[in-house]
Amino acid sequence: MVSRYTLTTVGGMALVLAALAGCAPADSPSAGASVSPSTDICPAGTLDTKTAGKLTIGTDNPAYEPWFSDNKPANGKGFEGAVAYQVAQRLGYPAANVTWTSVTFNNAIAPGPKAFDFDINEFSITPERRNAVDFSSPYYLVRQTVITTKSSKIAGAKSIADLRTAKLGAQVGTTSYQAITDLIKPSTQPQVYNNNDDAKAALENGTIDGLVVDLPTAFYMTAAELKQGVIVGQLPQVGVPEQFGLVLDKDSKLTACVSRAVDQLRQDGTLAVLEKTWLAGTGGAPELS
Amino acid sequence: MTPSTIQQDRIAYRRRQAIRSVLLAALSTAVLGTLLGVLITGAPGWQRVRQSFLDPHIGREFLPTILQGLWLNLRMLVVCSLCALTLGLLVAVLRTLRGPVFFPVRALATLYTYSFRGLPLIIVIYLFAFGIPGLRLQATPNVTVLGGAAIVITYGAYLAEVFRAGIESVHPSQIAAARSLGLSYRQAMRFVVLPQAVRRVAPPLLNDTVALQKDVGLISLAGPIDAIRAAQIGVAQTANFTPYVVAGVLFVLLALPLIGITDWVTLRAARRQNAGA
Repeated sequence: MVSRYTLTTVGGMALVLAALAGCAPADSPSAGASVSPSTDICPAGTLDTKTAGKLTIGTDNPAYEPWFSDNKPANGKGFEGAVAYQVAQRLGYPAANVTWTSVTFNNAIAPGPKAFDFDINEFSITPERRNAVDFSSPYYLVRQTVITTKSSKIAGAKSIADLRTAKLGAQVGTTSYQAITDLIKPSTQPQVYNNNDDAKAALENGTIDGLVVDLPTAFYMTAAELKQGVIVGQLPQVGVPEQFGLVLDKDSKLTACVSRAVDQLRQDGTLAVLEKTWLAGTGGAPELS
Repeated sequence: MTPSTIQQDRIAYRRRQAIRSVLLAALSTAVLGTLLGVLITGAPGWQRVRQSFLDPHIGREFLPTILQGLWLNLRMLVVCSLCALTLGLLVAVLRTLRGPVFFPVRALATLYTYSFRGLPLIIVIYLFAFGIPGLRLQATPNVTVLGGAAIVITYGAYLAEVFRAGIESVHPSQIAAARSLGLSYRQAMRFVVLPQAVRRVAPPLLNDTVALQKDVGLISLAGPIDAIRAAQIGVAQTANFTPYVVAGVLFVLLALPLIGITDWVTLRAARRQNAGA
């Protein structure tokens, strides 16, 4: 749906594109003009993209909350939707020049030619995946999140202190377990499970009051797996977090430019604001402190 | 009275022989030990193995948490072995009851020993620790108790068969003799059969208890942190296997007294059996 819609608009936008491409350098005279070598590598709006003047961004279909909204990446809502448009803007592509294409998760990180300029789909940056594709700088560092069931005594917990008396569980050998022992420091010894399925069963049985998992898992579990699941909230960063990066074709010419855009968004605080809005805001995972 | 010169010679000869065999044993042990030492420490990967399996700092760092886990193992071992021995003895006695009236009891006892010896312990623990709380009954015991019950029920089946073997090894004439002296069946079992039976199967019973000591750690599947789980957490945190080695050594130390008792009991039984000869 999305791609067909956007394809039909391509023709109509051609004139606008040409105009925009022409104007682009003028958009940022103060920042770009003086530092000529770096702007040359990443000319705003005229990068070596799949379709000239257009930025094609890939993600899976369906695209899930809270990363996207209503399965419509083009609405710019949801954390990853918003990040994608911000990155596009930094690269000199306003919303009108962004095209979405649907690419399955596994295809996006498989070697071979890509149908997108970059793909945003909760990809963790790993050395194995780096062999097949390029990653941008991380746009999100995964946080640990406490989830529980509606009937649990910690369902209404507002702070880490509220969790001290709870019996918490986590998967063995994970940052989630570290978050319990290092951050929450509960009075009862945490329960440790071989995998999240066991931990989930224990949570549903009421054997534990709450379960600590990473944020994406928390959203998935509470939305799809647990009948009465609720997110209590996110914990502060602990240990070595998993990093989400944008995926580009191996040795893509755009990698450096996309990374620079992501770095800028992080430095000026845009990413933090988006994270707060879409991941911690209404229906998300409030921050516990 | 001083021994004769021949006897004195004999004693001296035996002493020389004893010293000689001790020296020989020491020498051969030293040679084998050196050979093994050279072979292992001289291996090309020895440095890396030593770093990832024998790091003293990491070992010391995780020793307290592993010991804390071991405390759980120890408590589980004491409680579970006592319960399993009791259950085993009870089931064995039920299985050896005579008479058509007791057929259902015998059948149930047989069914129990058949099914729980076949069922893997891990699955029983899963069923107990994740299945029973799922029923959401009032006053469900905590998972440690449920997991312990799974271990007791599984090991009870093995121990029942060991006890039964002991009971059946007592010659039927002993019961006949006891009954002819006026003892009831119960009294004959209690005072004639069981004392002999338990004594005969003491070594295999203790052997099963040693095995149980390692299996009580499977309770960690249900959530509690035992020694091996604590070590696993350490391994995951440091990417170093030393915590496993520490836990392994502690388990051997824990098993030593039990193994010692088993050997001693076996030796004593053998000595007693040959006492008349």
